[in-house]
Amino acid sequence: MSDQPGTNKINKQADLLVVNHLKKYFPVKTGVLKRVSGHLLAVDDVSFSVKSGETLGLVGESGCGKTTIGRTILRLTEPTAGSVNFDGKEVFDLKGDALKALRRDMQIIFQDPYASLDPRLRIGNSVMEGLEIHKIGNKQDRYQMAVDMLKKVGLEDYHSRRYPHEFSGGQRQRIGIARALTLKPRFIVCDEPVSALDVSIQSQVLNILKDLQDEFGLTYLFIAHNLGVVEHISNRVAVMYLGKMVELADRDELFRSPLHPYTQALMSAIPIPNPKLKRERIILKGDVPSPLNPPTGCRFHPRCPIAVAECALKEPPFVEKKPGHSVACWLA
Amino acid sequence: MFQFIARRLMLLLPVMLGVVLVTFMIVRLIPGDPCVTMLGERATPAKCEAFLDRYGLNDNIGVQFVRYLQNLIKGDFGDSIRFTRPVTTLIAERLPLTMELTLLAMIFSTTVGVLLGVISALKRNTFIDTITMIIANIGVSMPVFWLGLLLAYLFALTLKGTPLSLPPSGRFSAGLSPIDLAKFWGLENLSGLKFFLVELMSNTVLVNVIITHDWKLFWDALRHLILPAVAVGTIPMAIIARMTRSSLLEVVGLDYIRAARAKGMVERRVIGKHAMRNAMIPIVTIIGIETGGLLSGAVLTETVFNLPGFGTGLVAAILARDYPVVQGFTLVIAVIFVLVNLVVDISYAYLDPRIRLE
Repeated sequence: MSDQPGTNKINKQADLLVVNHLKKYFPVKTGVLKRVSGHLLAVDDVSFSVKSGETLGLVGESGCGKTTIGRTILRLTEPTAGSVNFDGKEVFDLKGDALKALRRDMQIIFQDPYASLDPRLRIGNSVMEGLEIHKIGNKQDRYQMAVDMLKKVGLEDYHSRRYPHEFSGGQRQRIGIARALTLKPRFIVCDEPVSALDVSIQSQVLNILKDLQDEFGLTYLFIAHNLGVVEHISNRVAVMYLGKMVELADRDELFRSPLHPYTQALMSAIPIPNPKLKRERIILKGDVPSPLNPPTGCRFHPRCPIAVAECALKEPPFVEKKPGHSVACWLA
Repeated sequence: MFQFIARRLMLLLPVMLGVVLVTFMIVRLIPGDPCVTMLGERATPAKCEAFLDRYGLNDNIGVQFVRYLQNLIKGDFGDSIRFTRPVTTLIAERLPLTMELTLLAMIFSTTVGVLLGVISALKRNTFIDTITMIIANIGVSMPVFWLGLLLAYLFALTLKGTPLSLPPSGRFSAGLSPIDLAKFWGLENLSGLKFFLVELMSNTVLVNVIITHDWKLFWDALRHLILPAVAVGTIPMAIIARMTRSSLLEVVGLDYIRAARAKGMVERRVIGKHAMRNAMIPIVTIIGIETGGLLSGAVLTETVFNLPGFGTGLVAAILARDYPVVQGFTLVIAVIFVLVNLVVDISYAYLDPRIRLE
């Protein structure tokens, strides 16, 4: 394969993936007749881009639409509106063979390592399957490629004949990574790849992801709810709240000077490994409102510690306040 | 694997002992005695005494039980009080029909049930799904004898004279009967196990037709079995359909299905290769349980469709207080039940690599 380390640095400024006004509404059906009574606004008008070779962290609470964004980009869920452009191709317009070809370039790593591997397939077959689907090489080549990939994630060739239940959570997650990588994709959605793992295993998996990124010049969309993990792996970080993107900036910039009150609240919740250090915590009032019927204006205003009257009326636009630092807040 | 099967077969012994003990006691607890049913209300006490003596029913119950067990070990199930023929002969005559009925009902309920379940899972929350599940719910709540009568009415009366008409009763059309394999092979004076096996094979149409190539008999028997098989197989069919639907829906939501789609696999293969194979485990469990249920459902079906099978034979034996027949038939059903479960357990190992048979 023609993956040269270093190409990622050259392409650092080029956008590999551009997401424009992406919307995903899930219809909510009620009653005997299953009439659509409303929509769940999982992703509501989100735009961002991912540069070639970078890792974009995507954080937010459960249910804010992070996973839906990842799945919609990969066409595992069909979008309601908007567009996704991957390397010049309109992802939502592709069909049949063109879509199949695109799937080689975009892969996904799942959150739950216990649900992401078919319990009836030997892991060698799981890893090889993508190659079979795309008819790459002969049986021997495919097996060799699968074994090579397993070795890259720290497993041995004899592991390929075993079944998923014979592995630990961390090992399974590495198998999931190997499976995503056998097709030599350029872009990978990492959907909370470490949140189901023990803390001691998390760093191991994160380091493998980083090493592979360097080796193959991968681009990651890294979805997580753990800010510490995101800070460790990301180049840029996007924050979501209730289907909307509220802030997007370079990692250091975001962690140093968060502009959105929601981001500030999240930051203040990161534990600091120093018992003597005291700081003020921003405690958010109430729960996340239902995405079925989100608040008017700024969606964060009912819980926002600094909200003003205007916030409830008009929705703040997502604009660049500083170079490379966008935020959706009237007061930022 | 071999060891596992051997051990499970060994476990059959205590199960059989328990079944024998319980049925032995229970049939003797039923009020009434064989003398009255056989010799009539007006039998004199002296005659009754002689009758009971002849069948050894006057002895202490413990003595009777031990004697029965000793005979069982020799393969002697005793003689029917009512027919004065060996119970084994009755088994060889009546068991094949019920086995064929169960097999056909199982084929019907599994294929139709899995098909309906898959369709309704893939078309979840659509009109098709609703209709399919309504059919399944009606199927579950439909009594076997009622469905049997309705089917007989529809196919034997309403559709009479059309190509769709099916016979509503009996095992064969008048004048047809399976060729006796003992005669076919020119064997004479068979006895014991050999006789039993040849009789069993003679009466099993499926086996008989393979040996004698009497296809006319085969199609005739099959036509007679369709309505009973559908009647007795409808409840399991509906249960299997519902189980397939929920099991498949559960699997389809898992990440490895999404992973297969993300790799670019065609949807049909995703369902066939990844989803169905994993959804099969609970379905196979249900199929095993329902096969046992079919044996008991056969009693009603055989009555409705006037089939000389195991179920009707057992009921008649209970009513006549024909102790040896009740005991023998129950024992055979228990053994079949255990064997079906063994097959289910072996199939688990094939379906689920997490299960090792050791």
